[in-house]
Amino acid sequence: MKLTLKIWRQANSEAKGNMITYPIDGVDGDMSFLEMMDIVNEGLINKGEEPVEFDHDCREGICGACSMMINGQPHGPQRLTTTCQLHMRKFNDGDTITIEPWRAAGFPVIKDLIVDRSSFDRIQQAGAYVSVNTSGNTQDANSIPVEKAKADEAFHSATCIGCGACVAACKNASAMLFTSAKVSQYALLPQGEVEATDRVMNMVRQMDMEGFGNCTNTGACMIECPKGIKLENIARMNREYLKAETLG
Amino acid sequence: MSALVKSSLARKWVMALSGLFLVVFLTQHFVINITSVFAPDTFNEISHFMGYNPMVQFIAQPILIIGLIVHFIMGIVLELKNRSARPIKYAKFSGNANSQWVSRNMIITGLVVLAFLGLHMYDFWAEEIGYKYISANPEDPTRYYEELVHKFAPFWRTIIYVIANVLLAMHLWHGFNSSFQSMGAKAINKGDGLRKFTYAWSVIIPAGFIFIALFHHFSHS
Ligand code: SF4
Ligand code: FES
Repeated sequence: MKLTLKIWRQANSEAKGNMITYPIDGVDGDMSFLEMMDIVNEGLINKGEEPVEFDHDCREGICGACSMMINGQPHGPQRLTTTCQLHMRKFNDGDTITIEPWRAAGFPVIKDLIVDRSSFDRIQQAGAYVSVNTSGNTQDANSIPVEKAKADEAFHSATCIGCGACVAACKNASAMLFTSAKVSQYALLPQGEVEATDRVMNMVRQMDMEGFGNCTNTGACMIECPKGIKLENIARMNREYLKAETLG
Repeated sequence: MSALVKSSLARKWVMALSGLFLVVFLTQHFVINITSVFAPDTFNEISHFMGYNPMVQFIAQPILIIGLIVHFIMGIVLELKNRSARPIKYAKFSGNANSQWVSRNMIITGLVVLAFLGLHMYDFWAEEIGYKYISANPEDPTRYYEELVHKFAPFWRTIIYVIANVLLAMHLWHGFNSSFQSMGAKAINKGDGLRKFTYAWSVIIPAGFIFIALFHHFSHS
């Protein structure tokens, strides 16, 4: 199929970028979106032009690297799917596809479609961990009983791959779905209780410092999240935060 | 307070609590007004009580005004902060694919309702203050019903009230339900009960106000 791509090009973080139009031919419905991008880049390299830079790694929906805003939706139109798992059969011959980087103050553009997501690392470093004594006498995690339902929910929250689609989709560029998933995966487990207060306070503070917006409960994040992380996590974080603020 | 408001989560709580407070107020406002449709005397009695009871006048009313101002200021603060969280806009943004229009445009519905409140305060509150404190008229426990009916005589005013209440319904549709999510209510994620209740309330109350406005407009014209 033939497509017209409108892609954001930006030479570096300082440069002023703009949308450039690239016509492309010979796209197969079985190709993934990233394979289609590879073809675009081969063409550009053959012409001696700079290829479009984009993040990718696993190409199987588990690393969260492939950040692309496709036709106004993070990771494109298909639910529960990362860009690398999106197939070109979702598009029609003759379509025009707009491809942009995530847009958020907390995710500055490095080049073309690549954004700096180290803000997410810093939010995690602020509290998304459990301190354990690794002297060799550590208690086996399985010796602490955990309710099945809670364990399942904690695991589900932990499936967040840190892709940033939630921020990209949110009209406020809020990072609450991501942060709350990381808060929840520990808050739900007894191992996480000890550091619960500091965790939520520090992670929320870091999230705010990174320049992300305020959640206004539009729910766009949950719909666009490739892992189906639920809004319930944000409600849980709000509870945890209130508990931490009031009870200390 | 300032430390509280510095946190994005605390701002959520402030927005939710002030919003819920306003929902409660709206409900009692509606309950009083609906009596004007079938029991003008009762309406007069309650209105007189509300207008002259010192607890209502000097405690409840200032609290209401503060609640309103807090909700409004926080809404503006949120809007400005959220705009700056995305300094470069998308060339293409498909908001409708993942969220309701009303949830993304609370600032629009909110500002329209606020502008309407200007007219509403001018219509009833300013007039009341003028009657009681400026012209220093004597108490008249029977005047309220007539004043109300008189207000809804002009077609233009009735239409403005109708439109404003439609916008109010849109604002409540997202806001009422959203306030429970903001406060971390567990119930919001346990089945659809609370959600359905808030949606129903958001339609019933403004629809009721619209009914009252139209009723007085048409039954006395
Ligand atoms: S919550 Fe979902 S959308 Fe957000 S970073 Fe995690 S996986 Fe990506
Ligand atoms: S490249 Fe790893 S999730 Fe897409």
